Amino acid sequence: MNNILNVSPSPHQQSSETTRKLMFGVVIALLPALAASVYYFGTGAVIVTLTSVLACVATEFLIQKYLLKTKTSISDGSAIVTGLLLAFNVPSNLPLFIIVIGAVISIGVAKMTFGGLGNNPFNPALVGRVFLLISFPVQMTSWPVPSGFKTGYTDAVTGATPLGIISEGVKNGESISALMDKVPSHMQLFYGYMGGSMGEIAAAALILGGIFMIWRKIITWHIPVAVLASAALFTGILWLADPTKFADPLFHLLTGGMMLGAIFMATDYVTSPMTPKGMIIYGTGIGVITVLIRTWGAYPEGVSFAILIMNAFVPLLNMYIKPRRFGKEVRHG
Amino acid sequence: MFKTFPKGGIHPPENKITADKSITVLPLPSTVTVPLNQHIGAPATPVVEKGSAVKTGQLIAEAKGFVSASIHSPVSGKVSKIEPVADSTGYKQMAIIIDVEGDEWIETTDRSATLVKEITMTREQIVERCRDCGLVGLGGATFPTHIKMTVPSGRKCDMLIINGVECEPYLTSDHRLMIEKGPEVLTGVTIIMKALGVTQAVIGIEANKPDAISTLDGLSKDFAGISVVALKVKYPQGGEKQLIKACTGREVPSGGLPLDVGVVVQNVGTAFAVYEAVQKNKPLIERVVTVTGKSVSRPGNFLVRIGTPVAKLIEAAGGMPDDTGKVVNGGPMMGKALAMTDVPVTKGTSGIILFPEPESRRDEIMPCIRCGKCSSACAMGLEPWLLSVLSEKAMFEKAETEKITDCMECGACAYTCPAKRPLLDYIRLGKTTVIKMVRERITK
Repeated sequence: MNNILNVSPSPHQQSSETTRKLMFGVVIALLPALAASVYYFGTGAVIVTLTSVLACVATEFLIQKYLLKTKTSISDGSAIVTGLLLAFNVPSNLPLFIIVIGAVISIGVAKMTFGGLGNNPFNPALVGRVFLLISFPVQMTSWPVPSGFKTGYTDAVTGATPLGIISEGVKNGESISALMDKVPSHMQLFYGYMGGSMGEIAAAALILGGIFMIWRKIITWHIPVAVLASAALFTGILWLADPTKFADPLFHLLTGGMMLGAIFMATDYVTSPMTPKGMIIYGTGIGVITVLIRTWGAYPEGVSFAILIMNAFVPLLNMYIKPRRFGKEVRHG
Repeated sequence: MFKTFPKGGIHPPENKITADKSITVLPLPSTVTVPLNQHIGAPATPVVEKGSAVKTGQLIAEAKGFVSASIHSPVSGKVSKIEPVADSTGYKQMAIIIDVEGDEWIETTDRSATLVKEITMTREQIVERCRDCGLVGLGGATFPTHIKMTVPSGRKCDMLIINGVECEPYLTSDHRLMIEKGPEVLTGVTIIMKALGVTQAVIGIEANKPDAISTLDGLSKDFAGISVVALKVKYPQGGEKQLIKACTGREVPSGGLPLDVGVVVQNVGTAFAVYEAVQKNKPLIERVVTVTGKSVSRPGNFLVRIGTPVAKLIEAAGGMPDDTGKVVNGGPMMGKALAMTDVPVTKGTSGIILFPEPESRRDEIMPCIRCGKCSSACAMGLEPWLLSVLSEKAMFEKAETEKITDCMECGACAYTCPAKRPLLDYIRLGKTTVIKMVRERITK
């Protein structure tokens, strides 16, 4: 009877799910793709990843400690996720100072400026990536080609991505069937045997991570499926209309960061809608804009831009796409 | 596949520690404190004075007005005081305090255990008896039963749903009642059916109580029009609107009542009380209370007289464990934390849960990451994150259009939030303010 009792309003229990657990769940989901990257690109992938993660965490820590003078939040794991995703979106031989700049932009500009975790309108890793793509176009588009595990860092042999080859070839009037011989087969693409950003290549590994996140209830199927289905549908129509000028849908799904974007980048909680209906509209927008950029735009990939554009619509989607209210209209069973 | 309601819901750890503990009778305490307001509506008016000798079951406070409930002495003895006493909410309210002497019952109550199945009363007599016996909904809402038994003229009711869901974790009082008092519960259901003039009743029970499902399903063959439906385990299925949706597919309109879709819902505990009142002429003076918790040494289900101090119940369950940090009156999702344990058990007390100190504290609040888990969990199709922010920023007009008044305060949003935001705290604030705003608008 001597106990002093705590009093608080209900509910008196909370789920064991925490922000930190969700973030580390994403980290686990990214591991297969990281492993694939190391397998294809060697130590470069490890160095890029470590640099990016450390730079992101350090940026957040330093800003909170010395600029904002608040409690640091690096233990929530979100900076680690941003760091990993930034690394996944750059070539594995990118000079380290560029990665650090990308990290400072991602965390410093895209995240902390808006008030930190939960307040940023745009995906931080993608803002960093696009900033680098525009500022360092040469370094950001000299893709190492997979050469099995190796320890060298900057001595990698570089080449164009499959999408780049197709895009360039079509412009020069070559037919798709001739170009398809110059790029890896669909099966090779599925396992990641191609040039590209370090984390985007291995569709198989990314899908594995996606299945884990859906099973672990970190994400729902809506966004990835909407992105991939709409992109497949759009490219499918183009392909059926003129198979000599447009690549087949499967090729598009397996290349140019489509999987990475659909599964990991577009599903970022903070910058994606909160209702299933909103998620489907958002995902469809990403799929369609990506194909528009790939087909008629200046960049062969386009996923990053598509996601950032749709990020801008998220507040609108959250405002106007509402869940169905219970009892809105009387339903007799 | 078990039936359930379609949108939202969560599945917290069930922790039904006392599911196999038979109902035991708690010895009489030396004094009881009987608050005059144990129900929704006006407090009852005392009809005894300080010094009056009372018998068990004797009327001690009369219902005041239509929405109110009479209160009967849960013990025999002498009224020692009628004064304001703190109840489980922490606020003081008038209560009759009785010193217990023996256990002498009023003569009209049939205290034998024989099952009386035949219903001889008319509809009107049944409703009158339930009012006279002070019956209220025993699921926790404590709405006077006789009102819910009267279908207003012009309204149609074609189905009775009995809530045997007990979706709150830990609680097992309804579960035990269904297993141990099956024939009585089903007779009670038949009585309510007669009062409402309906020919069908559905008893909804969650699948984590297979013994209750099979018991009542087997017994229901002998009762016309009663069927048992097994429901998927999902909180808040015991919410009236969710239960109706799960059992019938009918959807109560926003701001409406079950009667709007031709349904009345009663709790199994209430059905049992109706049986006792109508067939045995026994007023509502005792109820089954689950006393439980992870560190409690002898958790159990106790048949306890109204007005018994909660501390006595805890004593019967082996005393308060040293690590206790919080005592909750009711379920862990919707119950109220008690500031002290000398408050009395009332008609609405379904359980007493003792939480160990670490579990009694809330986790640190983190920023909202807009994961949308609260919206997915909301069984009413609301957006808790939005309602919480609107309340926080005092944007109550907007909160009203976002249907904040549809919130039943089940707490699924706050439970599920990975950032541990106090969503329901803010929503309650907003909801109370909006309700006040709407009232002022009407009276203007």
